[in-house]
Amino acid sequence: MSSPSAKIQDVFNEPACDKNRGKDAKARKEGCSKPLTPGAAAGGCAFDGAKIVLQPITDVAHLVHAPLACEGNSWDNRGAASSRATLWRTSFTTDLTELDVVMGQGERKLFKAIREIKETYAPPAVFVYSTCVTALIGDDIEAVCKRAEEKFGLAVVPINAPGLVGSKNLGNKLAGEALLDHVIGTVDPDDAGPYDINILGEFNLSGEFWLVKPLLDRLGIRVRACIPGDARYLDVASAHRARAAMMVCSTALINLARKMEERWDIPFFEGSFYGITDTSEALRNIAELLVRKGADPEILDRTETLIVEEEAIAWNKLQVYRRRLQGKRVLLNTGGVKSWSVVHALMEIGMEIVGTSVKKSTVEDKERIKQILKDDNHMFEQMAARDLYAMLSEHKADIMLSGGRTQFIALKAKTPWLDINQERQHPYAGYDGMVELVRQIDLALHNPIWRQVREPAPWDCQPAVKDEPPSTTSETATVHTLKKFAGKTADDFGEC
Amino acid sequence: MARILPQTKSAAVNPLKTSQPLGAAFAFLGVDGAMPLFHGSQGCTSFALVLFVRHFKEAIPLQTTAMDELSTILGGADNLEEAILNLKTRTKPKLIGVCTTALVETRGEDSAGDIADIKLKRVEEIAGTEIVLANTPDFDGAIEEGWAKAVTAMIEGITRPGEQVRQSKKIAILPGWNLTVADIEHLREMVESFGLKPVILPDVSGSLDGTVPDRWVTTTYGGTSVEDIRELGTAEHCIAIGEHMRRPAEVLQKVTGVPYVLFQSLTGLKDADSFVSLLSAISGASVPAGVRRRRAQLQDALLDGHFHFGGKKIAIAAEPDQLYQLATFFTGMGSEIAAAVATTDMSKILEKVPAESVQIGDLGDLETLAASADLLVTHSHGRQAAQRLGIPLMRVGFPIFDRLGSQHKLTILYQGTRDLVFEVANIFQAYRQAPTPEELDPLRKRETPDGPRSSPLTRH
Repeated sequence: MSSPSAKIQDVFNEPACDKNRGKDAKARKEGCSKPLTPGAAAGGCAFDGAKIVLQPITDVAHLVHAPLACEGNSWDNRGAASSRATLWRTSFTTDLTELDVVMGQGERKLFKAIREIKETYAPPAVFVYSTCVTALIGDDIEAVCKRAEEKFGLAVVPINAPGLVGSKNLGNKLAGEALLDHVIGTVDPDDAGPYDINILGEFNLSGEFWLVKPLLDRLGIRVRACIPGDARYLDVASAHRARAAMMVCSTALINLARKMEERWDIPFFEGSFYGITDTSEALRNIAELLVRKGADPEILDRTETLIVEEEAIAWNKLQVYRRRLQGKRVLLNTGGVKSWSVVHALMEIGMEIVGTSVKKSTVEDKERIKQILKDDNHMFEQMAARDLYAMLSEHKADIMLSGGRTQFIALKAKTPWLDINQERQHPYAGYDGMVELVRQIDLALHNPIWRQVREPAPWDCQPAVKDEPPSTTSETATVHTLKKFAGKTADDFGEC
Repeated sequence: MARILPQTKSAAVNPLKTSQPLGAAFAFLGVDGAMPLFHGSQGCTSFALVLFVRHFKEAIPLQTTAMDELSTILGGADNLEEAILNLKTRTKPKLIGVCTTALVETRGEDSAGDIADIKLKRVEEIAGTEIVLANTPDFDGAIEEGWAKAVTAMIEGITRPGEQVRQSKKIAILPGWNLTVADIEHLREMVESFGLKPVILPDVSGSLDGTVPDRWVTTTYGGTSVEDIRELGTAEHCIAIGEHMRRPAEVLQKVTGVPYVLFQSLTGLKDADSFVSLLSAISGASVPAGVRRRRAQLQDALLDGHFHFGGKKIAIAAEPDQLYQLATFFTGMGSEIAAAVATTDMSKILEKVPAESVQIGDLGDLETLAASADLLVTHSHGRQAAQRLGIPLMRVGFPIFDRLGSQHKLTILYQGTRDLVFEVANIFQAYRQAPTPEELDPLRKRETPDGPRSSPLTRH
């Protein structure tokens, strides 16, 4: 088995990760994922994580070397958006059969698959993903990729993150390593400039990066590579020529950010485009890093001017919602609170945070939460589905913001719910994105269905009908019963 | 007889298949108090779970033995045992349906032996929970095979063997996976309208029909009861629907002596007629007025609808039995099957598909073959091909994640066939283009003979 174990140990030892630094050498070796409990586990595998990070690169053919399930059960399932190429949405897999496995034809089939893709689609690169079965049968995908690259004259990149090596998060990092080893730095752009930046860990879900990019354009800042959202292979290959980087999703690509700083002297900061103050802070940080790297300091003033204008517009738009949302209770149930400025903005318009999960939060985060919540009891590591259901069905929150995993707990408890994770339908980044988030909360909370679904059927709550059975009912009684209902609207029924 | 063309490409492009263990889990989900368990790495379960949720818009019970590198080297028996015990304690299921994956099958795990050991060793802990096993490696088969294996496993593992006293009104029904929630509900009402008592295995109409229970349940709620599976041998007859249900029906007959009748499809006037005649013969009751009325409605739908079907070229990609069901429906309405693509070559039904050939393959094949078709018929993943080709897409099968309510669509018997006629006719009417002088110009047509549309492969 061409084991990625050396790489795994390497990413488990991440000096830029505060959580990792807090561990002793032994704990560090065990990595960041807790061992799974069979029969009580949730979440994706390393392959899933690697694919999530790389697949939004739009003009690459992503080829999954596996029996059907790895790709067949999972393709075209995430909402990243592309402004140009669409090849990333075409699914490629070697779909290994029993015969392929038994006869050891995996490598041969993989090589031929790369040739077919090259001949039919002529992409700038093919990314080849190893998986549990192809790792187990010992297919050497690195050798096949190398041979195919020489033979067909295009980049063929091995992504060595089979599912059984660990969690989604580990897969994210192994994907970053693959980019460092095989892609970034392989092409030198002829147009590198002092205002070039990289955005790392931005997926452009629902196209939301397009709510931010115009702001950067206005400041004259060029996004050399946004990895992976709406990226092209060449963007990524020449990303080493950027002057500065912003890391958006730290858990996914921190190793990539740090190693790019080490190798190519690209300083980075960790920031977020969720929420008004965070968006401003991110713009400010980008400008400052660029100036530190030699850009004209006048950009700082221009950035401040833009921030003042945009913030004023956004707060103005949000004020409209204050009347409708004041006093509404929000339950945040995500892995860790993605952005404090979202919480800040919700509180600013009068909403109350009644609970939050702290599963992935740092000690520092937990302190902040304590200050925000009126009752620490509402801070929970991870709530069992049953308890969450009980809390919601007792109406202890007016809305839950979470990911798809807990969607049906809220809905079955007849509680408004809004998706704030990767499957969401709406763009929430930047100033306009925050306004959109609040607008969606408003829409979800005030939808007229809630009143309808919460009311029991009229025959379950009205006193049992005393009328005699129809056979003995006199005609006048029937007329009387019908009259009782006449002239009522649907709203008059079911009031218990 | 259709020629079966094997797959020759090395790179599958836009898979049509959904994996075999997912098919097995799907069948277990049709049992009350069930918890399907994938024996494999966590990703296998995670992907299948997400796909189920996207299709049904429901919380789906599905767990994993969470195999990692170490257990892959040392063997998965401990993980399997731990998973079963954890599920038993946490969710108290009536049934744990173990579905193996490619990972443990490639490793050569003896899962049947492991489960037998666990049952012996843990008699007290697992009392009251049935554990059955379906060997479903991902490198083999697709939904059909997985579904049929799970049903077979439940009959072999749970149904009381031996000839039993038969209840003259009791009918065992083994529906294929391609019957929707609405189909099963309708089937039950139809059988009951003859005074018969149907026992349906699996019964997704009780578990995946989208209701709002008044408490949180971690297993399935609704579906065939384990007790009913145990008592299948007391049925007078068995009716299996879909060629892939032949094996489970045969096993039931072998185990209990209950004879079976197999319907390859229940869609279309003729098949509906034979089904209704059979019910009438078994029950000795005459066909109820309501059923006659629905038959007349279908006759009228055929009359009104056929204008839209005649001469149309239809491209279908589906699992074998569904391919047969739909292809015979379309040809029965006067359309022609321009392209037929199936997931696997294991089913005998493929030869009977009314098309020149059946390609074993993927949606990439469908896109190439369907270039001059009038309608694409496949699951939601066909949306990209439909868009590139500019041909309307009728969504059928699994997964359907970009439309609501697919589980409540009726596709069988008089009423389901009537609904299908209307759905297709409405798609064609919605897509009708106004005529243009250029298009109709007889001279222009002669200069540029109708060639096939440009290859979809150049359209990226």
